[in-house]
Amino acid sequence: MVERMGSARFWFAAAFIGLLALVPAIAAAAGEPYYVTVFSRIMVFGLAAVGLNLILGFGGLVSFGHALYIGIGAYSVGILSFHGVTSGFAHLGTALAAGAMLAVLIGLVCLRTSGMAFIMITLAFAQMFYFLAVSLRQYGGDDGMSIAARSDFALVSLDQAAVLYYLIFGLLAAALYGLHRVVHSRFGMVLRGCRANERRMVALGFPTLRYKLAAYVASALVCAVAGVLLANLTQYASPAYMQWIVSGDLIVMILFGGMNTLLGPVVGSAAIVIIEDLLTAFRLGLPWGIDAIVSAHWMALLGALIIVVVLALKNGLYGWLVAREAGAD
Amino acid sequence: MTSSLFFTQLLNGLQLGILLFLLSAGLTLVFGIMNFVNLAHGSLYMMGAYFAAAAYRWSGSFIVAGLIAVPATLVLGLAVERVALARLYSRDHLDQVLTTFGLILIFNEVVRFVWGSAPVYMNVPSALAGTVSLFGLPYSAYRFAIIAVGLAVGAGLYLLIHRTRIGMLIRAGAANGAMVAALGVNIRLLNSLVFGLGAALAALAGLMAGPIFAVQPGMGEPILILTLVVIITGGIGSIRGAFYGALLVGVVDTVGRAFLPGILREFFERAIAQAAGPAIASMLIYLLMAVVLALRPKGLFPVKHG
Repeated sequence: MVERMGSARFWFAAAFIGLLALVPAIAAAAGEPYYVTVFSRIMVFGLAAVGLNLILGFGGLVSFGHALYIGIGAYSVGILSFHGVTSGFAHLGTALAAGAMLAVLIGLVCLRTSGMAFIMITLAFAQMFYFLAVSLRQYGGDDGMSIAARSDFALVSLDQAAVLYYLIFGLLAAALYGLHRVVHSRFGMVLRGCRANERRMVALGFPTLRYKLAAYVASALVCAVAGVLLANLTQYASPAYMQWIVSGDLIVMILFGGMNTLLGPVVGSAAIVIIEDLLTAFRLGLPWGIDAIVSAHWMALLGALIIVVVLALKNGLYGWLVAREAGAD
Repeated sequence: MTSSLFFTQLLNGLQLGILLFLLSAGLTLVFGIMNFVNLAHGSLYMMGAYFAAAAYRWSGSFIVAGLIAVPATLVLGLAVERVALARLYSRDHLDQVLTTFGLILIFNEVVRFVWGSAPVYMNVPSALAGTVSLFGLPYSAYRFAIIAVGLAVGAGLYLLIHRTRIGMLIRAGAANGAMVAALGVNIRLLNSLVFGLGAALAALAGLMAGPIFAVQPGMGEPILILTLVVIITGGIGSIRGAFYGALLVGVVDTVGRAFLPGILREFFERAIAQAAGPAIASMLIYLLMAVVLALRPKGLFPVKHG
């Protein structure tokens, strides 16, 4: 999993990250500030997907409810701002504290199950907080709440899109580096061992529940940070962020990009967000009003694409590159 | 007054539970026998409701609507199973979840394309528009009919599973599919049969829910989540668990929503109760599920294999 110098995968990864680093400059040169927003979105969801990938790809725990933690992050910003607390450190601290507390409690219950039941119960818990957010009438209820100003991080002002962009970029890079270290540490080995054969790990004397819980909480916290960033990006906190479609999207991103790879989820996020953007603004001038049908019903095309990718492209886009190289060795 | 209100809400909860049972029975059977999770089960429910609404508008008869909607959904379910799902039985759960997730997106858009985004309304059939008297209290005849139909289906399912040869094969298939196949049973056909049965039950639920809930795109998802809660609480793969789990979830959800805000008002200030009441009520069934899982990780009625 170490990116080797000179391999096709190394160059792809380097080019991808280099491109992400240059987006604000390119957008400014092209006079299209909209690109900065799109790529900020890509990286925010990429960050959440990277977090989820820790337990999904490396731990084999399919959580269908990680949108919950994105919502926790977003509502930490929203609710604190509503009450006049604008400090970004307070937002981030609240998101991490609330996320950690919830993740420990929910993780303890969910990890009592495995396989199919784990998928369903994580989904149900996320749904529970979705309905909780909907019922919070003083915080916008169903519609969500707009956030007057972005988090105030004292030294830097996030009001400039480029500054927010590089904050997200920096956090994403840190998360990728952190995941790289974790996966190759003893902790990561135990986690991957649990995925391969948990019984054997128990027999070897590892308290597997503790490892899985720690991984679950860590991945939840990454998603909470992504939620804080998402709220800052859109200046909005809405129950829609916790919808189960979002949890599904995160898994789809991981699968698109490639499970068990470091950068795969970010590549997948880029693919999904760009596809979504292209389809909603579909203007090819096709006859019989196909353009309008595609842009109105793009979700159906996304669904079909998901099915095709699952059935045909087992390793995902980036994972395909990895697998091809492994075969060539 | 309060006791009659409580009684009515209890019956409403029972009626929701019955609808949930029709859905969870299909889902849990499919899971039990094929080890397959079908998130698109809610979409079959939605398609059933739409077929019923369309047929009802065309014919004006609720019976005809049922006679069209249930077989149509059954055929649709079988087609989906053959085309997309059958090749997933041997794949891992993640692939199954994602494929059926993709199917949900497709079904929702198909419905939006054909029938539009606005809800379609179905009237209660005129024969059941009135009320029936239960222990001297008036109750909606239509809702009462749902309870009766659901209980009848439950009894029929029990007989089918426990008293017929097909049911014996289904139980055997759930315990050890490979062995059943080795004994010369066409397990592929059995799978299709179970899947079709699940689709038909989902359509029946969609038909009966039509006049109560709005028939609209995406109507399958909230009820699918409730169904998942039911089968986790009841024990995955168990029809009995699905039955008791569905009734429990239906009653707790309905009664909680109706009375919890009032109960909280007795103990807390009005403002707090008004804010917290609906919030806690909407979380109640999930808390129930968490408690059940914390005490019995395999659900209330775990399936015993072997």
